[in-house]
Amino acid sequence: MTVPLLELRDLATHFPVRGGVLLRARGTNRAVDGVSLTLDRGKTLGLVGESGCGKSTLGKTVVRLLAPTSGQILFEGQDISKLSRRRLKPLRRELQMVFQDPAESLNSRHTVGNLIEEPLIIHRVGTAAERLARVHELLELVGLPASAAERFPFEFSGGQRQRISIARAIALGPRLLVCDEPVSALDVSIQSQILNLLLHLQQELGLGYLFIAHDLAVVRHVSDTIAVMYLGRIMEYADADGLLARPRHPYTRALISAIPSPDPNRRSRRTVLEGDVPSPIDPPSGCPFHTRCPHAEARCRSERPALRQVARDGATDHLVACHFDL
Amino acid sequence: MTDRALLEVKGLVTAFDTEGGRLRAVDGIDIRVEHGRTLGIVGESGCGKSVTALSIMRLLPQPMGQILEGEIRLEGVDLVQADRDTMHRIRGHRIGMIFQEPMTALNPVHRIGRQIAESLILHKGFDKRQALERAVALLQRVGIPAPEVRLSEYPHQLSGGMRQRVMIAIALACDPALLIADEPTTALDVTVQAQILELIASLRSESGMGVLLITHDLGVIAEQCDDVVVMYAGRVAEQAPVRQLFAEPRHPYTRGLLASIPHLETPRKTRLPTISGMVPTLSALPDGCRFNNRCPHADDRCRREQPPLVRTGPDHHVACHHWQRIASEPTP
Ligand SMILES: Nc1ncnc2c1ncn2[C@@H]1O[C@H](COP(=O)(O)OP(=O)(O)OP(=O)(O)O)[C@@H](O)[C@H]1O
Ligand SMILES: Nc1ncnc2c1ncn2[C@@H]1O[C@H](COP(=O)(O)OP(=O)(O)OP(=O)(O)O)[C@@H](O)[C@H]1O
Ligand SMILES: [Mg+2]
Ligand SMILES: [Mg+2]
Repeated sequence: MTVPLLELRDLATHFPVRGGVLLRARGTNRAVDGVSLTLDRGKTLGLVGESGCGKSTLGKTVVRLLAPTSGQILFEGQDISKLSRRRLKPLRRELQMVFQDPAESLNSRHTVGNLIEEPLIIHRVGTAAERLARVHELLELVGLPASAAERFPFEFSGGQRQRISIARAIALGPRLLVCDEPVSALDVSIQSQILNLLLHLQQELGLGYLFIAHDLAVVRHVSDTIAVMYLGRIMEYADADGLLARPRHPYTRALISAIPSPDPNRRSRRTVLEGDVPSPIDPPSGCPFHTRCPHAEARCRSERPALRQVARDGATDHLVACHFDL
Repeated sequence: MTDRALLEVKGLVTAFDTEGGRLRAVDGIDIRVEHGRTLGIVGESGCGKSVTALSIMRLLPQPMGQILEGEIRLEGVDLVQADRDTMHRIRGHRIGMIFQEPMTALNPVHRIGRQIAESLILHKGFDKRQALERAVALLQRVGIPAPEVRLSEYPHQLSGGMRQRVMIAIALACDPALLIADEPTTALDVTVQAQILELIASLRSESGMGVLLITHDLGVIAEQCDDVVVMYAGRVAEQAPVRQLFAEPRHPYTRGLLASIPHLETPRKTRLPTISGMVPTLSALPDGCRFNNRCPHADDRCRREQPPLVRTGPDHHVACHHWQRIASEPTP
């Protein structure tokens, strides 16, 4: 057995919830609450789930922009969950993140060239001339002309800005890239350009991706395996095709049936879930999904189902956190 | 379809006066919404979907936004010529509108009940008690549990999905003939989006109102609409009944768009077809066809002459010089 690129063991990231005039801690937001997942080198693990379920928190914890509350993050076998800032610095070259809104990660007062060069300077890579050559190489890799280096981010469209932030994220040659909704803010006709770019970079550079999105069709297209998250926990994990062909968790099924299919001949009779996603501050007892689950029984309200293996799709275990075999 | 449409927009041109000059955000579009049917408008960010909706409502930002040309006939009445009082009566009475972000449309300092009741008192002449009774019924109709309790709550106390339901309740308060929904579910989770879309569809079939549904999601179009208008850079590229559009797209933009979305059948991790380049900005539109800089079929004529929207079959309209040749190629 080779060591996986990334292994999460019972990872939790909680936030204190403060309130009142004294801003005293009033509770805990269990944004990520016991997640175990594995990602192999050069592969893509897709992460889907509704707003607030903890996807971004998980992504930021993996690259250690956030510190986990408990659990382990094994990057190429090394536990990085408790590393200090200083010990993390060399690892920053290996672990990078791309965000939904490129405007957030691109400071508009710097030229595109400066922005892409910045991580190289911080990590003291190469001479000025070598760095410039690398900037041009990176721009070309993401499909922009070398002349883009002298311009400013605001001179570019949303799709081009996303290319720039991808160039910046891969500047140091990372092995893991967390992509947090990298195409959600883009128009349909631009989305496929960026997805193709990410696929191309993975092939060229052997990058592993943790790919976060809420569009299941997009996630399926780029992923090898998919994890479905609900209220900070993994409800189902499987091979990407296996998950969509044979979803076994009632939440995954509802999620799939809720997605409007771009085929008017397939207007499905769907199982519409009632109600909203509960708050992660005071999550339901037992199975976190029981308040909306059409199959819930007494046991589901008291006992939390473990993530257990129910099948195998090819080389991948199909895991489900449900008491029943549905 | 010779009978009078519920809404008929003809040759609408809406422009904004900006420092950089006059920008024609909507440049000569025709749309038609029938009673009891849903017309979808789909198109990329900035193509003029919301400006079309605001033009119909006569809610363009003043004084920059103006309707320069065209007619907007609602049940035969031209809204372009209507005076302020007439428009005031029509809004909220004959036309209901829901927006993407309910928080911007709901008043944060007023209780839910009051916000629904207001329009009933104004448009239907109800007294306060009648209006509140009706508000409870409306909240029930849009699927809000314990409506009596919700009446006295403020918008921030509701979830995103609930707020959108309240918006719908307000839009429906006076039984409008036309509901305009501008990206009503874009800010919502998919499971909540499914609830809201189902709600709009069932209200439509109950009441027989026409719906103008604006979205950039082709899945929402496929599931919810009877007819579709595909907009590109302020103009209509293609218009057809929904099945026809998805089965036989005839404009290269529509074809490119449909091809570029991953389907569950697309082999994984393969290159997706793309539309090269990006949407031109209003201040730098190409001459001729506005899609010519991204179109694989563009020739000199496309760079010179703007293609008119022509009828290419029953209810199928396309604005492309080469639609015949393109339509004969296999669907992407
Ligand atoms: N820095 C923070 N401090 C406190 N709470 C936070 C912080 N970041 C996220 N949260 C909370 O953690 C929970 C999970 O948020 P997160 O952003 O991870 O969700 P998400 O799945 O990425 O949602 P979305 O799809 O909307 O991006 C939410 O309840 C959120 O309010
Ligand atoms: N107040 C304004 N002043 C100047 N230009 C405007 C104004 N409002 C809109 N526009 C321009 O009109 C065009 C159409 O805008 P509109 O809001 O209708 O786009 P849209 O199709 O609704 O896009 P989105 O999908 O992003 O909502 C855009 O180019 C926009 O920049
Ligand atoms: Mg997020
Ligand atoms: Mg809009």
